[in-house]
Amino acid sequence: MYELIYDEEICERCETLDCLTKCRYMELDLESAKRERGHILRGEDSAVLTDCVTCYACEEYCPHGNHPFYLIVDRQEQKGVWPVPIPLTKQQVVMMAPKGQIQPQTVKAPVINMCYFPMLMGSIQGKLFDGASIIVGSDIFCNIMWLHFAKNSVIRERLPQMIDNIWTNYLKDSGVEEVICFHDECYGTYTQLAPAFGIEVPFKPIHLFEYLTKRLDELSDQINPLGLKVAYQRPCSNRLVPETQHWVDDIFQRIGVERVEREYDRENALCCGGVLRAQQREDMADDVQKKNLDDMVSAGANVCVFNCPFCLFTLGEAVAERGIMPMLMSDLCRSALGEK
Amino acid sequence: MEEIYKELEKIVGPEYVSNQPEERFIYSRDPGTMEPCNPDFVVMPNSTEEVQKIVILANRKEVPIVPMGGGLVLSGLTRPLKGGIVLDMKRMNRILEVNETSRYAVVEAGASQGMLQAHLKKHHPSLKHSIPDSPPIATMAGNVLIHGSGHLSHAGGFHSEMLNGLEAVLPTGEIVRLGSCSISPYWFSRAPLPDLAGLFVGWAGTTGVVTKLAIRLFPNRPFNDVGIFVVEDPELVPDVIHRVTGVGVGEDVTAWMSPKPLWARGFQHININYSADTKEELIWKRNLIRSSVLKYINDKIGGFMPLPPPMKKMFLEAPASALVRFADVRKGGGFEYVGAIMPIELFPKAYRMGEEIGERYDAAYSTGARVMGLGHCMMFFYAYAFNRADASDVERAQRALEETNQVALEMGGIPWKAEAPAQKQIIQRMDPNTYGLMNRLRSLLDPKGIMNPGNWEVD
Repeated sequence: MYELIYDEEICERCETLDCLTKCRYMELDLESAKRERGHILRGEDSAVLTDCVTCYACEEYCPHGNHPFYLIVDRQEQKGVWPVPIPLTKQQVVMMAPKGQIQPQTVKAPVINMCYFPMLMGSIQGKLFDGASIIVGSDIFCNIMWLHFAKNSVIRERLPQMIDNIWTNYLKDSGVEEVICFHDECYGTYTQLAPAFGIEVPFKPIHLFEYLTKRLDELSDQINPLGLKVAYQRPCSNRLVPETQHWVDDIFQRIGVERVEREYDRENALCCGGVLRAQQREDMADDVQKKNLDDMVSAGANVCVFNCPFCLFTLGEAVAERGIMPMLMSDLCRSALGEK
Repeated sequence: MEEIYKELEKIVGPEYVSNQPEERFIYSRDPGTMEPCNPDFVVMPNSTEEVQKIVILANRKEVPIVPMGGGLVLSGLTRPLKGGIVLDMKRMNRILEVNETSRYAVVEAGASQGMLQAHLKKHHPSLKHSIPDSPPIATMAGNVLIHGSGHLSHAGGFHSEMLNGLEAVLPTGEIVRLGSCSISPYWFSRAPLPDLAGLFVGWAGTTGVVTKLAIRLFPNRPFNDVGIFVVEDPELVPDVIHRVTGVGVGEDVTAWMSPKPLWARGFQHININYSADTKEELIWKRNLIRSSVLKYINDKIGGFMPLPPPMKKMFLEAPASALVRFADVRKGGGFEYVGAIMPIELFPKAYRMGEEIGERYDAAYSTGARVMGLGHCMMFFYAYAFNRADASDVERAQRALEETNQVALEMGGIPWKAEAPAQKQIIQRMDPNTYGLMNRLRSLLDPKGIMNPGNWEVD
């Protein structure tokens, strides 16, 4: 059920193995990458399965869109190679389980999907979100996080129900077909991951940044250019949907901020470190965070903008300690409209 | 009785003595499950001299006298089992001295945990004391004298081990000073003298009234962190604690196990709180703690829980507010726990026993432990919340507590701040010569048996 749509032959024929050779957390030359590819394809033990930090980047690096990351996660689960200690994984599976408390509700467009981040509902306010309906909770949680835990089985089990919950409880009877995804993870889930597993999505996901861009255009006469120098913390889930990256620049251009040129941005972005800590790779997390923060400071950023709430939780305090203001993109846009 | 009332009035002034039903009702109970016992009088002295006069009066009239701090012991130790005078010490709440260099504070017996915490924060921010997870109104004296523990117990052991000395009024009215303060103007230590402070620690107010005490203070460092190590198998916990405490950088090591929330059920959480003067030192300590349990991390059978900042903040709180929330989970404000002091190797057995009893009584329960010293023993607790307005709920908790006490004793532990029935269970198992010595000392100090009678007694 919900088998990964994946073509083994594409991998076998691949000459560049970008998925492995471009990985910034494992050092694999072409020869060793080919060897590990063989192990993975044959379902054998592979260093890749143990060393993978689950940064999602190989999904972006693969020129064939053949889902190498999802295959790695499937193999990790099949072989019991757990990136996160077993008790923590089990605990998270229970913690993030649907509570079954969803109730049918009439919604009006725009519908903002806050996934399972009720604590950030305060960000949905002001002119940008006038008249918006908000949906949130464990029963609509996109469940993509299990890619970090070698638990594709949980995604297969829960994601179809979550999609159905959104559709039948909110959208269908309200005559709404679009959902604005507050978080890259949801957008990536519905546009890229679900199709990769053959899971049907009956509604149209819209990326928050696309929505913000359009709203900023509608409110253009009220924008006060901020004149800030901004570092963008690209989240792992954006690796699934790199085609959305331009919205960051589009928004920055509209609100008059400069995206600082720095080493660890765009395809070269670094993990926030949160998942590395869950995987008990503290030294690596310290190192990655330090590189990232040093880079932001040396690029002269005075604000660090996040899409992912988990990145914000993980990195926010450390960013602030370095004299850089951590902010969600939606809050940055609201400040350009003079809202506090 | 009227005569006693008048004399008490003369000693403390009319505002601070009462024999009215409202006060007698309030002072007859604590938030635990023990049956209320009415006092005849409630008195609030303001000085050691007033305490002395009250004790002399009680001695002369052979009226029982029960010293009370915050009244939050939960096991009913300040209920006047045989009536008489409840001596509420809360007016004697002065913080008399803070010695920054030798890190101690001298306080009156009614000074509360919250007062000292606030005082240090304002006037001596480089110092802190080991605060228990009780409400801030709990007194330092009460907690020290019941062998309490708190957020620095890994660094400093039981709070009674942090006691540098004390002043007490004996049941016959003499004022004594014990520890260095009996000789020197400094309250720096109980050593090297014969340790007479032990005559007042763990005795449930049956040997005299402590009026002042000195407790140790500790560095209050600017950088604080907590790691929560999680395993599933309770059999692993003693070794985890042994390893974590072995590196000696923690300030507080506690375990918690709870059937609610659901994600916590079946998991053993070991919190290690630590602090540092610099971020680098903090990371160094984190790495030391982590390396001590690396074996379990590498085997994937244990790991440090990812903690988002709001959750981490909760676990860095001292005192921890989560416990207060649990205490009212059934509503109705009833909360009591058996804290049994025991060796760390009994953890798995203690955990299973708590789970079994809690489930069988359908109680709102949670279990946990605080490690004393560098892993020298632990206080394993079985907490039960109940609705005081629901008699059957109270009775269920009472039976669960009694059975827990019994089983804790059977496995080799000793109930802490034991309720009067549990004291009897302890006495039954105690070496008779030990109990004989206790009684001889008590008779010597309190020939008329006025001090909190009914406690540490067979009948």
